[in-house]
Amino acid sequence: MILERFNDAAKRGVYSLQEFFVLAGKAIGFIFVKPFYASDLFQQMDAIGVGSIGIVLLTGFFTGMVLALQSAVQLATFGATDYIGRLIAGSMVRELGPVLAGLMVAGRVGSGIAAQLGSMRVTEQIDALNTLGTDPIKKLVTPRVLASLIMVPVLTVINDFVGILGGNVIAKFYLGKPSALYWKTVFEQLLSSGFTLHFIPNDFIQGLSKPFVFGGIISLVGCYYGLKTSGGTEGVGIATTRTVVTASILILVVDYFLTQILLAVFQP
Amino acid sequence: MTDEEDRRRQQGERRHPSEKDETSMPRRARDSSRVRAAIRDELEELAEEAPGSKTEARPIQKVIAVENVYLAFEEPILENVSFTARAGETIVVVGESGTGKSTILKLLLRLLIPDQGRVVIDGEDITHLTFDDALKVRQKMGMVFQGAALFDSMTVYENVAYPLREHTTLPEDEIEQRVREKLSFVDLEPDRVMEQLPSELSGGMKKRVGIARGLANNPEIMLYDEPTSGLDPLTTATITYLILKLQRELGVTSVVVSHDIRSAFRMASKIALLANRRIGFFGSPEEMTASDDPYIREFLGGF
Repeated sequence: MILERFNDAAKRGVYSLQEFFVLAGKAIGFIFVKPFYASDLFQQMDAIGVGSIGIVLLTGFFTGMVLALQSAVQLATFGATDYIGRLIAGSMVRELGPVLAGLMVAGRVGSGIAAQLGSMRVTEQIDALNTLGTDPIKKLVTPRVLASLIMVPVLTVINDFVGILGGNVIAKFYLGKPSALYWKTVFEQLLSSGFTLHFIPNDFIQGLSKPFVFGGIISLVGCYYGLKTSGGTEGVGIATTRTVVTASILILVVDYFLTQILLAVFQP
Repeated sequence: MTDEEDRRRQQGERRHPSEKDETSMPRRARDSSRVRAAIRDELEELAEEAPGSKTEARPIQKVIAVENVYLAFEEPILENVSFTARAGETIVVVGESGTGKSTILKLLLRLLIPDQGRVVIDGEDITHLTFDDALKVRQKMGMVFQGAALFDSMTVYENVAYPLREHTTLPEDEIEQRVREKLSFVDLEPDRVMEQLPSELSGGMKKRVGIARGLANNPEIMLYDEPTSGLDPLTTATITYLILKLQRELGVTSVVVSHDIRSAFRMASKIALLANRRIGFFGSPEEMTASDDPYIREFLGGF
């Protein structure tokens, strides 16, 4: 009895996973297949990217400041507060920037995607698209995925910059370090990681490959749960919650493994 | 998908609507004000009209054939379901709620594939089509959803223009002309509603816009899912009337899923009664009322 239940649950899990990857494959494959829904793409880039700038600015700035405050205490015990710029630049660009931007976008955009597609599903608009001869994956999923793949890295760059700026504020007004010194150490850190193709700092590659993957995760999870919605408005709520939970967990887990891989590739 | 397939698909999509345009020219050339006047006249006639008796002397070609269809998800939904619709006929599928009536429409649209049996549209078995070919078959059909299913991020104009933008290369002024024509056909004033969003419309108006969108591509077949549910009696009468008008003036073949037996009798050439996953009765409304079958008598009891 228990085994049977376990068996059913396992089968459902595998089946969902398969569905997810089929959706992902189609959505990404359609990027290269006509017709292109360019206006949908720009609309989504606006909604996902431009619409998220506010929260990204806020979270980035405050995270940078709090990171500086905490590190200042630690660094002071070694008399190393001059290096605060290095510490903040390193952690923001490699780790905090991508993950924070990813989590914020998952909360704001992932849930939005799930709610919108979920509502379209329960009000039969997805069926209507199918009936009118449009592939809903191409019309709805592909533009959202592509927009996220482009915009989440852009948001991350903004987040990184604002975070480092937040650190600058604390370094100047709390620790009394001159801005010139702070930014000098920031650039030292960013350039110390080595270069790919002789001019791209490795930290940038790490810091930008992560949000690219996160963008894919957020949009695909949102679209997957959105399109799978059933059971009316309640179903829409469930789809939204699941999206945020699943996408956030996936971001943190995938971040760990990506870091492992990237460290192995880029660290001497 | 390969390049070759893609190209064929693109060409197919472009070829299809233009063929259709030629055959349907006379329909589109209608004068909207004349149509509106006709609507008012006919609404008055509708009251005294005997049920049935609408589609005599139509051509006899089978447009839709559902043959021995079985479908099951967790449990069986349809068993050995068969019916046919000839050109210009209106088939009304009636039955209690939750008996799989809407499923039949999804089978016709090939949104679902039967476990056994065949669905034939215009002589073509659509059961085993590829996804892309299925999209093409769907262009022959206009579907009106229960809740209208208008795209709520688009205006009424964009909604009705959607199938034209998607499948034709008509220039913008022709699209606008076609949208105005279709909106007038369903008795809406284009200038008043075109820029409104679906959320600003009443239930009856949404249904009409839904019908206009279904009509935009001049389909041969119209499918309606519970067209009159959730509407007040007056709006129900006007929607019923609209379906009748489509049948008469455009000669479209229609399948209507409904539990509103009163309007079913008014518009049906044939009625299919779905009970216990099977078609319990298939015939004209007159035959249905004359039937001695206890279930049919009970079903019609309230009428």
